Amino acid sequence: MTPEELATIRERGQEADARFEKTAYVCVGTSCDALGSAAIAKNLEAELKEAGKDKAVKVKCVGCPGLCALGPLVEVENKATAETEPATLYQYVKPEDAHDIAAAIDGPPVERLRADTDQPFFQRQMKIVLENCGRVDPEEIDDYIALGGYAALEQALTEMTPAQVVDTITRAGLRGRGGAGFPTGLKWATVAKSQPPAVPRTPDDILSRKFVICNGDEGDPGAFMDRSVMEGDPHRVIEGMIIAGYAVGAGRGYVYVRAEYPLAVKRLRAAIRQAQRAGLLGTNILGSAFSFDIDVRLGAGAFVCGEETSLIASIEGGRGTPRPRPPFPAESGLWGCPTLINNVETLANIAPIVLRGAEWFSSIGTEKSKGTKVFALTGQVKNTGLIEVPMGISLREVVFDIGGGLPEGRTFKAVQTGGPSGGCIPAQFLDMKVDYESLAQVGSIMGSGGMIVMDDKTDMVEIARFFMEFCMEESCGKCVPCRVGTTQMHGILARIGDGKASKADLDTLTELCDMVRRTSLCGLGQSAPNPVISTLRYFREEYESKLVKDGNHER
Amino acid sequence: MSKLRFASVWMGGCSGCHMSFLDLDEFLFDLADKVEVVYSPVADVKTYPENVDVCLVEGAIANRDNLELIHTIRRNTRVVAAFGDCAVTGNVTGMRNPLGGPEIVLDVAYRNGQVLRPQIPDDEGVVPPLVPKVSPVHVVVPVDLYIPGCPPSAKRIRAVLERVVAGQPVEMIGRDLLKFG
Amino acid sequence: MSVKTLTIDGKAVSAAEGDSVLEAAREAGIEIPTLCHLDGLTDIGACRMCLVEVTGSNKLLPACSTRVAEGMEVRTNTEQLRKYRRMVVELLFAERNHICAACVANGHCELQDVGIAVGMDHVRYDYLYPNLKVDVTHPLYGMDQNRCILCARCVRVCDEIEGAHTWDVLGRGVKARVTTDLNQPWGEAQSCTSCGKCVMACPTGAIFKLGSTVEESVKERGKLAFLKTARDKKQWVL
Repeated sequence: MTPEELATIRERGQEADARFEKTAYVCVGTSCDALGSAAIAKNLEAELKEAGKDKAVKVKCVGCPGLCALGPLVEVENKATAETEPATLYQYVKPEDAHDIAAAIDGPPVERLRADTDQPFFQRQMKIVLENCGRVDPEEIDDYIALGGYAALEQALTEMTPAQVVDTITRAGLRGRGGAGFPTGLKWATVAKSQPPAVPRTPDDILSRKFVICNGDEGDPGAFMDRSVMEGDPHRVIEGMIIAGYAVGAGRGYVYVRAEYPLAVKRLRAAIRQAQRAGLLGTNILGSAFSFDIDVRLGAGAFVCGEETSLIASIEGGRGTPRPRPPFPAESGLWGCPTLINNVETLANIAPIVLRGAEWFSSIGTEKSKGTKVFALTGQVKNTGLIEVPMGISLREVVFDIGGGLPEGRTFKAVQTGGPSGGCIPAQFLDMKVDYESLAQVGSIMGSGGMIVMDDKTDMVEIARFFMEFCMEESCGKCVPCRVGTTQMHGILARIGDGKASKADLDTLTELCDMVRRTSLCGLGQSAPNPVISTLRYFREEYESKLVKDGNHER
Repeated sequence: MSKLRFASVWMGGCSGCHMSFLDLDEFLFDLADKVEVVYSPVADVKTYPENVDVCLVEGAIANRDNLELIHTIRRNTRVVAAFGDCAVTGNVTGMRNPLGGPEIVLDVAYRNGQVLRPQIPDDEGVVPPLVPKVSPVHVVVPVDLYIPGCPPSAKRIRAVLERVVAGQPVEMIGRDLLKFG
Repeated sequence: MSVKTLTIDGKAVSAAEGDSVLEAAREAGIEIPTLCHLDGLTDIGACRMCLVEVTGSNKLLPACSTRVAEGMEVRTNTEQLRKYRRMVVELLFAERNHICAACVANGHCELQDVGIAVGMDHVRYDYLYPNLKVDVTHPLYGMDQNRCILCARCVRVCDEIEGAHTWDVLGRGVKARVTTDLNQPWGEAQSCTSCGKCVMACPTGAIFKLGSTVEESVKERGKLAFLKTARDKKQWVL
């Protein structure tokens, strides 16, 4: 494909779209899909045809628009008024509601199904990563192109040198969205500068001696940010990977997705095939000298494979266990070659940065944390779902405005960020800014974006025990502190919960937290004590109230 | 100077540590000058006395009697020493723990494969019931001194006792004092 | 090959480029305790015994898999490191059923040795008492899971020196086990050449010669490094 052909596809798509007066977006993300949204789309199409409206209204299956709590969602957008008034959003739609929706397509909306779109859930968000989710048909490359997709790739390939692309990402101030927040531009620059080994070490692949890996092994309990992006807008991820490949000089990429995400796998595979057929993957992309291809690799359910060296071992076909760093994958990664590993959300930020410029991106957010962050908002909050907010927003805005606060009669106790690697943040920090540094300061982490709201009935020792059990089960078993330390900590936490632990046990727990954090081989173990450390820091009295008073203890 | 009130007990162990203690040979005479044995398997005393200065505890906590006695010992004793690997780690006595609870263990020992009168000894008040899980002493009560070894050699026991009797702190360092097994 | 100079525990040391901190320290007579390291095998940094402090790094680094660098300042024996090492050893003793008194490797065991080195007089953690199997299906050797510390030295020696890759690790976390072939009894593992290198490599009494009783499993670990040197450098030096 040449840039001209790309432009033709885009124009054709936009023209075809313009013929419709209205578009009905039906969410087919995992949660709505599970509630039967595919049947809604089918019925809606049939009903519209019956009413003779199928030429005027397009039914489009799209990814998650975010408000999972109200799903299945159908959104009807009127082209003529799209600029001035929001689309009509229908909530809790059942397949049999298709008739009413179709009947009301030109008149006033169906009030019984209508969701309030004026609420802060919609107003306070800022969508960059998710801008296409809920608008683009994830199974149609042409639709993505019509919405401006692959324009960033074209711009990078035709107007920019690889060094300029790296420079743009660096100046944008983008940081890794997988959790640790490493500056993305710096990582790209390192891979770009790293020398591949003299002798190709790849077994069956001489295309490349540098690699780009997209880390889609999202494993935190309650987190579904990356899944929604991969399901809702897979081409955005692919475009980011191709641009990354161009910038660092890689010829091959892998998307590593957990096998528990069948829909994401299906859509990514379909998207890769479409991109290959369109010539957006393969040799001489868009008529340039640059060649790049992508494969999907499935994770077999090990949380530790989200850790980059484990993930690499897993792609290589070995047991997914981490190895000491340095050397970092940027120098020696997949098959010993320089490898760029970025998280799904990080890569989904690339195309808009290239298109709209580093200055635009860096104008959003705080001094050190730029852009937006996607969170999976869950727990004791009214609006559970997927949200994207600018960095620097306060926790209070997220929980009480966007999240709609807690259900009636409950009071806020803490919000947990960062999953099993993160911590619980109590009410006194509700006005804190959400950015990498602030979260770290109060003993939690940004993490990949899980955000669990807890109410006054939550037992913090039990929360710590739950996350420790998760880490214990997911420890790969390679290094001693993580393998045995998490098991011992879990034993003590369970004993505290059962009211059978002494002050000495609490001291042992504290000592183990420090040791496991400092001595574990990889991030899993190093961060496993965080939920305990943070709950001990803010809710120590809950632990102490459960201890046996007598110094002696029998097990 | 008054003599140290000295005790030793034999709990869930094989008495090998006490045998090794008897291997102290002529040092026993020196010891006898400095301590008064107030309770021991080698002395005929029925109840554990009060105000004991030092007690060597051989064996793990394996049954109800052990459990009651160790609490009495802790209450009445200044320095409680875990004496030998069973007391320190559970050791061979603890090898029943992986099997599961007392019922399974007793089955394995007294019923399965027994040709002659397979039965479980359970005379009330005669055979103390087993605790669910064998524990090293320090799991049940705080311990002041650990003397590992299976058994601890007479040399090791002597090195420790000389310092205890002299009222000096005991530091367990190095292969001679620390090797398990 | 260029030479790097560094200080280890305040002592000036020179080492060849590419050497590990562990090699440099041992050459200088500074002992750092290890368990998963074995001369002649690839280092994996798993046991965390050899963690050292390096000026300028806020992380503790495994001496076995950290390369020497010019001007590096290494501390191997701080109070903090001693505390962590003792905890590692205690965690290992609590993990499985290490009954020294009834072990073939008693007196020749690296786990026992590091226990002494770190001053472990008792274990503060709960003994987990897993119910584990002993595999004596092989005609010459036996494998006792009760004694295994998952150092993976058997896995590496079998893969890297013997080239058979009979051993591997199965499962996760504390449920991880070393296993032969695809979890077959060792006696039925067709890839096993019965060379016995795993017996030599095993730091504890987990892998042993059949027929050996308590204290009889004396290891010949030097042979492995000898084989490696012979193969890599064509030098037959004992």
